Formats: sequence, C-alpha cells, structure tokens
Amino acid sequence: MSGGAKLPVRVAEVVEVNELIKRFRFVSRDGSDLPAFSGGAHVVVEMDDHGTRRLNPYSLMSDPEDRSAYEISVRRDDQGRGGSLFLHRHVKPGMEFVLSHPMNLFPLDNRARKHLMIAGGIGITPFLAQIAQLSHFSGKFELHYSARSKPLGAYMDRLSSAHPGKVHCYFDNQSQQINLKTLLATQPIGTHLYVCGPKGMINWVLSTAESMGWPKLALHHEEFLAPGTGKPFEVQLAVSGKTITVGTAQSLLEAMEAAGVDAPYLCRGGACGQCETNVHKCDGTILHRDHWLTPEEHAEGCKIMPCVSRFEGKTLVIER
Amino acid sequence: MSLDFKPGAFSDFFRDETFRESFTYRNSPDAIRRFPFPFDRDEYMYSVNMEPHVPGRKGSVFEKTFDVDEHYVSEMIDRAKVLADDPLRCQSLPHMTLAGWDTLELIMEAKARDYPQWFSLTKEGDRWHWINRPLGIDHTFTFLDESTLPYGPFEYIMRQTQGDWTLQDERDGTLWLDAGVATSQADWSADFDIGMNFHEWHAPVPLAHDLGVFDRALKFLLKLQHGSPVRRFNWTMTVNPLLDTSPENYPKWGPTKTTLTQENLGRKQHLRVELQSLYRLPRSNAIAFDIRCYLGSFEQIVTVPKWGRRLHRIVRDLHPDLATYKGFIRNRPAMAEWLSKYDDGAPTSPGWWPED
Repeated sequence: MSGGAKLPVRVAEVVEVNELIKRFRFVSRDGSDLPAFSGGAHVVVEMDDHGTRRLNPYSLMSDPEDRSAYEISVRRDDQGRGGSLFLHRHVKPGMEFVLSHPMNLFPLDNRARKHLMIAGGIGITPFLAQIAQLSHFSGKFELHYSARSKPLGAYMDRLSSAHPGKVHCYFDNQSQQINLKTLLATQPIGTHLYVCGPKGMINWVLSTAESMGWPKLALHHEEFLAPGTGKPFEVQLAVSGKTITVGTAQSLLEAMEAAGVDAPYLCRGGACGQCETNVHKCDGTILHRDHWLTPEEHAEGCKIMPCVSRFEGKTLVIER
Repeated sequence: MSLDFKPGAFSDFFRDETFRESFTYRNSPDAIRRFPFPFDRDEYMYSVNMEPHVPGRKGSVFEKTFDVDEHYVSEMIDRAKVLADDPLRCQSLPHMTLAGWDTLELIMEAKARDYPQWFSLTKEGDRWHWINRPLGIDHTFTFLDESTLPYGPFEYIMRQTQGDWTLQDERDGTLWLDAGVATSQADWSADFDIGMNFHEWHAPVPLAHDLGVFDRALKFLLKLQHGSPVRRFNWTMTVNPLLDTSPENYPKWGPTKTTLTQENLGRKQHLRVELQSLYRLPRSNAIAFDIRCYLGSFEQIVTVPKWGRRLHRIVRDLHPDLATYKGFIRNRPAMAEWLSKYDDGAPTSPGWWPED
C-alpha cells in the first residue's frame, strides 16, 4: 500500500504570505467535498518538476471542517532539494496535482484539559488547523509563536485578532524569547504540550519540560525532515533484483521509485515507519537520518528508512 | 425527537424474526448463497488476514461498504431490547464524541450512496436531514451539535447499524478502546474492555501472542489511512441464533451448549462469522472497528456441498486451544460427527465462494 488512496486536486489560489512563504489552496477536480481531517494532519503532494517526480509532505493549515479546499503554506528553502522552489516558482492556479489522504502524526490528545502550543516559524502551520478544530468545540488552548521578525510572522495578525488573549508572539530580531520555565510552571493539571518548529527549539522545549517533571505522555512534537542531500551511492535491491544509484539530491526511496520499484511509504519524512526496510548486507556506514528507529537499531544497522537515510561505503543490499 | 422505530411493515425483503426465545431467525435461500463462509482452505490458524475493504463481487456481503441485509430491521429491534435491559452495552468516553460524529458521517454517507431506496442524507450547511425508511426515521439535526440528537452521535447511529463497533483512540503508540457498543458479540464485553489498550483487550486470546500476531496487527493498524479501509474474518460457534452471546448473560445462554443432540444439532448449532472492517476516521484520527455478525445454521451451511465438506474438516482438525477459546470444545465431537455425513472426502477448491 504505497501511499494508499489518492485525491486528485487543482490549485485554486496561490498567495504570497511574506517574502519566504506562499500559501496554496487545493480544490478537488470534480468539485466534490474533500474529506474532513484532524488538526495536525499532513498530505503528501505529488509534483512533476519538469520530469523529476517529487513527493513532499506538508501540514494542512486550513479549517478541518472546511471541506471545500485544503491549504498548505510552504517556506522557500533555497538550499533544499528543490520541492519548495518548484512550488514557489512554477505552481499557478489551474495546475493539477495528486494528494495523499490526510494522515496525522501530530494529533491533539482530545483528553487534554488544555492544549499549550509552541510554534517556531513555519512550524505554525499544523497549529492553525488544530486551533480551528478546537474552536468548533470551545477547546481550551494557548499559543506561543516565535518568528525571526514581524514581517516573517505568518498569520500572527489573523490569529491574534481571532483569539484575543490566547496568542503570544515573539520576535528574534527584538531579542524576545518565550519565558519557558515560567510558562511550564504555571499550567493547570491535565495540560498537554505541543511543539513544532526548528530542531533546536523542539529539543529545548522537550528537555525543559522533562526536567521540570512533565509526564512524557503529555509532550507532543512534530519534526519533519527533508531527506537532505549527500554523495551519490549504489544500492542492491534483493527482492527486485536491481542495482540502483541514488543521486545527490535524490532519496533512496525516490531512486527506488524511479527504478519502477513500488516501495511502501506514508510520511516521507522519517517519522511514520512505513518504509522501514531490512538490510541484508552493509559494508560501509548507513547515515541514519530518521527518528523512527531507536538509537539501538541505528547502531545495529539491520534496518534502514529509505525516505531519508543514506549510505557511504562499498556495498549495501536491502530487502526490497 | 425520539428514536422509536416505526418499521414501515416488514417488507418482502426485511424479515420479521427473533434472535431470542422463539428463535425464528432463518436465512433465505438467497442469503445462504451469499453467506460469508470464512474458510478459504480446509485448515485454520490465526493470521493477520487483512485485505483492503474495497467493493467486492456483486451480490456478496462485500458488494457495499456496509452490508444491509434481510435481517437489518429485526437486528435493530433486538439491539434496542438489549440496550433497554442494559444501557452500559453502549458507551463512549467523553473525548470520543468527535469520533462518534465521524462514525455517524461515515455510515450515513455510505448508506445513502449505496442504498438510495432505503436511506437518504441531504445537507444544508451543518443542517443534516436523515431518512432511514426501513426503521421509519426522518430526522433533521445539526452536525457536531449533540443537543440536536436524542442520543450522543455514536449511540444514535449504532441503534441504526448492524454489527458491534468499537472506536479506538490513537495515542502513546497504541490504540485505546474508548467507545463501543456490543449487543451481538461473541462473548466479550464493551463495558469490561472500555479504556483498555490493544494488547490489554487481546490478552485472553491463546497462541496468537506467541505467533507475534498482535504486535504485527498493531503496527499495521497504526498506519491505517483514511480512505483505505481494511477487513478480515473471524468466526466462532453459537448454539441457537442468539445475537447477544454476552459474558453479562452467560448464565442464560451458556447452558444451551448442553442441549445438542445428533437430531437437533443441524438446526440449533450455528456457525457465527464476523466480517470485521476497520476505518481511519477523519476528524478524530481514531479508528473505527466494525464487527458484523452473520449466523448460519449447520443444516443451512451444508446445503452448499463444498462448505459442508470443509466445515467438517475445520471442526475436526482445529487446534484444541482454539476450540476451547471459541467455546465449543465439549461439543466438538458431536459437531464433527454430524458434519461427517456431509464430507465424502472429495477435494475442495481453494477460496470461500460456494460455486467454485
């Protein structure tokens, strides 16, 4: 089940939110309703970038009850592998895409008495959908949102005016920082904490909360990894009987797909575990970049996550 | 608004029958041909026998997402009686209300699409108009507003839906049975299991743990995607066409296992098949689990020669731990003896369809 059922859509609108971020609105091609979804869910957008097939995950930011369209916001990454540049430079209203059904690796815990959200930069997007969903049921939340500067604080004005008193904004260029310890020390019992943003921020928030005695089950985070680039390498696929070369800006999963191998996947960001593959032989070093396998499994080297991880060395044989 | 059924008279299709006392439940000849016989070969062992829940062979129980058959109206009347006696048979923890709405939407949309002659759903924004003609229901309510329904969304739709259902919340890397209804169950209790996680509620199942079945099944289910439901079979044996074989009522039905004779066995002993299907729900990210029960008496099953031969071999050769867990170890010799008359030793074709 590589990817599961699909949603054929058309771009209805492209909006420049600020100098780094564009928003894309997708509607179904036949005009029917799209499925409702849960706040925190993402879709995988399938793109044909001038012959290169790209499948990138993006969090849905629109109201989950608005079944007329899905919206994503994409931050341009000039050093990335090219997915965001393609979306920013080439995607126009009217173009057709295929989306995965929404899936959620960052769901709200609906038992929480209160949802405390901490966002950094483009990490705001899943919270926009979660806040919309909570608003339908008068769910209690509080958002702390950092951006590099006021102009880069996407959707801050919209959030602040819709939810007065619940949204707190911080700007790096004004040396403002969340007073995390005080914030975490003053939450009511039954609060769940959610953080989405740069890796450093996630680590800071989670380690602070854990050191203050927050229960691990009340801490939630989402970190999508872009597959990243690296040196080309060769891989033997034992089941398919093929040998493939993974290019510099290509992931192992993408190289398998380009060779016509139907490999399973869901998130394509090292988080969900769907593409986990057994390693038959490894003469070299697997560059594990996922956060699905445990550190012990990384050390053993018996498994690899082809969506993000790479290889350096002489021979790699995997079961696919 | 109430949910008192006004069945528009049992039609030519919907049978007027009982699942208790008089036990007038029967399958029509057509229903026997479409009975979901669960054995695709002559032996049985646990496996994660999942397949995509996609529309299947025309006329079969797989044709539609939710099979509405000739027993629908009578099953719903039976469910209402069980719930009247024991309201705890249907429960939903507070955080599962949204999953209940998801389930209501899933069922209403599918039934209105697949059975327009019986069900109709029209929406004007949040105002939904639902017509269930077989049960005589015509309601208008506000989606996501519980106060506009006579029950919570889960119980409301479950009183109009065949099969027992559980709703699993996903958190902490496992599934939690946080809502459920059980009135046609093979000796398990929603009231007992509510709040348990996946490994807890499966703990009593023999052998499967050693086979690693539950670890694999959980891993599979956590990846279940919206829009891509899956299904599997399970089965057991029941004396009399009794839907409510609950642990709560075991003193009432347990002793009936001692009443079988070679003369009455074909009529009283039923193969009980569960067509289980699983759906990722959109708003709540929960997983809905539908356990749909089909009952077929031995004398009706053996009217299909292939099934008579195969059922004999399955019953005769089943691992004793499974026969014990499924509650028929004491009657196994009698069942095998009765079935042996319908097994001439001829080979059976692969697959479960009657005619192949």
